[in-house]
Amino acid sequence: MTTGKNPSSVRGMKRRSFVKALGGGIVLFFAPWSALDLMALPAEQRRTLTKDYNAFLHIAEDGTVSCFTGKIEMGQGIITSLAQMMAEELNIPLKSVRMVMGDTELCPWDAGTWGSLTTRAFGPAMRAALAEARAVLTEMASEKLGIEAGRLEVIDGKVAEKGNPSVSVSYAELAKGKKLERYLDVKPLPEDYREYTIVGRPLKHSDAFDKVTGRAKYTGDLVLPGMLHARILRPPSHGARLVSVDLSAAQAIEGVKVLRDGDFIAVVSENRDLADLAVVRINAEYSFDELNVSDSTIFEYITRGEYRENTVTEAGDMMAAPQQCDRLFEHEYHDPYLAHAPIEPHTALARWEDGKLTVWASTQSPFGLQDTLVREFGTSLENVRVITPHVGGGFGGKSPSQQGVEAARLARMTGRPVMVAWTREEEFMYDSFHPASVIRVKSGLDKEGKIMMWDYNIFLAGTRGSEATYDIPNVKITNYREDRTKYRVHPFATGAWRAPNNNTNTFARETQIDIMAAAAGNDPLEFRLRNLKDEKMIAVLKAVADRFGYIPGKTPSGRGIGISCGTDAGTWVAHIAEVKVDTTTGKVKVVRLTCAQDMGLCVNPQGALLQMEGCLTMGLGYTLAEELRFEGGNIKDRNFDSYDIPRFSWLPKLECVIMDRQDQPPQGGGEPAIIGVGAAVGNAIFDATGARLFRVPFTPERVLKAIAVSEGLRSEGLMSEGHKPESPEGQVKGRRLKRPKRQKRMTN
Amino acid sequence: MEETIRFKLNGRDTELVNDPNQILLWVLRNHFGLTGTKFGCGIGFCGSCTVLIDNEPVRSCMIPVSDVAGKSVVTIEGLGEGEELHPVQQAFIDHDALQCGFCTPGMIVTAVGLLGKNPSPTRDEIAAGLEENLCRCGAHTRIIDAVEDAAVKIRGGKGK
Ligand code: FES
Ligand code: FES
Repeated sequence: MTTGKNPSSVRGMKRRSFVKALGGGIVLFFAPWSALDLMALPAEQRRTLTKDYNAFLHIAEDGTVSCFTGKIEMGQGIITSLAQMMAEELNIPLKSVRMVMGDTELCPWDAGTWGSLTTRAFGPAMRAALAEARAVLTEMASEKLGIEAGRLEVIDGKVAEKGNPSVSVSYAELAKGKKLERYLDVKPLPEDYREYTIVGRPLKHSDAFDKVTGRAKYTGDLVLPGMLHARILRPPSHGARLVSVDLSAAQAIEGVKVLRDGDFIAVVSENRDLADLAVVRINAEYSFDELNVSDSTIFEYITRGEYRENTVTEAGDMMAAPQQCDRLFEHEYHDPYLAHAPIEPHTALARWEDGKLTVWASTQSPFGLQDTLVREFGTSLENVRVITPHVGGGFGGKSPSQQGVEAARLARMTGRPVMVAWTREEEFMYDSFHPASVIRVKSGLDKEGKIMMWDYNIFLAGTRGSEATYDIPNVKITNYREDRTKYRVHPFATGAWRAPNNNTNTFARETQIDIMAAAAGNDPLEFRLRNLKDEKMIAVLKAVADRFGYIPGKTPSGRGIGISCGTDAGTWVAHIAEVKVDTTTGKVKVVRLTCAQDMGLCVNPQGALLQMEGCLTMGLGYTLAEELRFEGGNIKDRNFDSYDIPRFSWLPKLECVIMDRQDQPPQGGGEPAIIGVGAAVGNAIFDATGARLFRVPFTPERVLKAIAVSEGLRSEGLMSEGHKPESPEGQVKGRRLKRPKRQKRMTN
Repeated sequence: MEETIRFKLNGRDTELVNDPNQILLWVLRNHFGLTGTKFGCGIGFCGSCTVLIDNEPVRSCMIPVSDVAGKSVVTIEGLGEGEELHPVQQAFIDHDALQCGFCTPGMIVTAVGLLGKNPSPTRDEIAAGLEENLCRCGAHTRIIDAVEDAAVKIRGGKGK
């Protein structure tokens, strides 16, 4: 047990002011971020974390227990799973538990909410803190009752004597009149989770009632007295510069005010329609200086670039490796820009009052936005409060929160509260897209069908999910990152998209594996199992095969069944997809999608299933249709009329298996199930048709081209792929088959 | 400029003096405070702004408020009676047919309209009826489950 040590950083000291607002009771600070969790964060986020106490529990004088955290809820169901944990550990009914999230004034600092991190990083620390809380309460009760702590137990919101529940003191009585602060130095310990009565049992969303009745308030639903609606003048493309502007027509509209600060021009009105009308009346001229690249040239453009390069993994002897191989396989995989496209566009409401700024925002990162606002307005943390109402989906896209700054600027310029609710066109324009990326793989098999070599090169996708995964003696993984001083690639902002870039890596690796399985004449499941050592991966593969009722067979079998597996955020996941391919139109229908996931202890199975189904459904988007079209900085897809996301008619039969791992620490469940959809479906298309696809999405046009290519190869008798390695003398031994790289080019 | 528009809103006779060209969605949200009706795309492609007009699901982002003169408009807030939920709303809770919840009002309203015309839809018919409503969180399967179940309940059966 720990004692009253004070928070170390300045930020922590400042944060103590929020405790005053709580009145009396017992406050227990804790720090959910362990060193391990930090490692799971991308490097650029890691440095922003401090050794602060970034969550606390408050036991109020009426016995209710609240948890304050800077995390936010955007559909992952963490409100429910964390509340569940609290009720469980403190032995109180769920209704006495409250979660307060994403308010920079009430909650301690937090780095932001990125899908999977939440339960994984927060869960074990929360559990350990709750155990400490129990100990603190017991200790206080021991003093009050004069009974030694070992003879007390926590039951039903009370601390009672073991075997004699009539001798007890309630949490409310313990908290009454107290102003106690404790700083817990908790370390999540593996415990026996089986005893818990609420955790691990399905539980429905606690906020569902408000959402089905329309009462749940999202940022755009808020109203403040005197509030104005704003529309901002946007350039036609990224990189366009304002040359001249005529505001007179907009100014002529009654009830509209036009505001300007340099190139930042906006119209505000009490009436949203009028703002909409006025903004299109602004006549602006622009000059253009854009990258000469488009969705049709981007991959070629990427492969021509100069990059910062680093070796991620090196094992074995890559020089000698080709000689250990009987056949080599070289392929390149392409993944386009994708939009996050949450149904709620970025929205913010801002108000200045006596030099203090309050911003309500649909954001995944309230404290990040607070920092940005502090910098932007040259003020201090005390003067800026960010509140996060319900968030209508984020998927990584709402970590940047530019709309919050825009609303604050306009609120300052007008002296009134201002609502900035992006249109769908603005949402598409100012999204931070999943980056287009290229993966090049060179791999080799020996005569027995064992993978001997893995040379894996990542261009712009990042390393998440790029591990070799299989048991391969010679491995080299190289990461090529953008160096803007040498070669600028992306014409617009890019960022994290659900399971950031793991989709790309899993698609490349699992397609490459499948190609080798087919070339070796093996069943793809059997080939994987034979080349794997990772017990957990083997287990999820077997589980998914079991659930699917998988019958082994060589590919292409004509059945249309494809497999993939991978890891994400500490979770192991495997997929089997079954597809029907219309070979005259090229249209692919996924009829069945089965997924097994090992996520350690599952805190809220119902929520986890929901997340898995969501991932599988969303995964169909990047697999079959999603691809941002652009020309330089001009984004051509600006709304859902041309950017297609998954719909009801796309739905396959979904089956999810969550492995029973109640003895393991909980891992992330928000994202892993999306990573293998592309590869499983691509492999299923191969199994159905013999056609290989090297670029997502698998549009009908690309499928038709791939089929034509595979028929061409077949007629030349070149069914099996791979080529003989060159001998050390540089001579080619054996017949060199056509390099399949061509196929991909033709499908572009 | 302004006109008097009479219509029924969530069962109540309503008189509105307003610019007749204002978009129904903004009138509902900003004038009547009925913020359950959401803006998602503004061009009729996502369904989050759906309301019932004379029992037909209609995209409120696509029509001027004058179009509802003499008609009956029902929004998500007008479903169910008091604290009693409409069976479709209840089924969405029972089947966990939502995540972020932003598409939910539009989905429910569209489903209610669908069941009004076809009280015993097949799963395919439900999917077809909701095809133009987008959900980015991927709650689709459960939405179909929920609507199927609600249909049974409305017909007087037990459901799941
Ligand atoms: S907002 Fe009306 S259909 Fe999207
Ligand atoms: S639940 Fe989030 S968009 Fe449907």
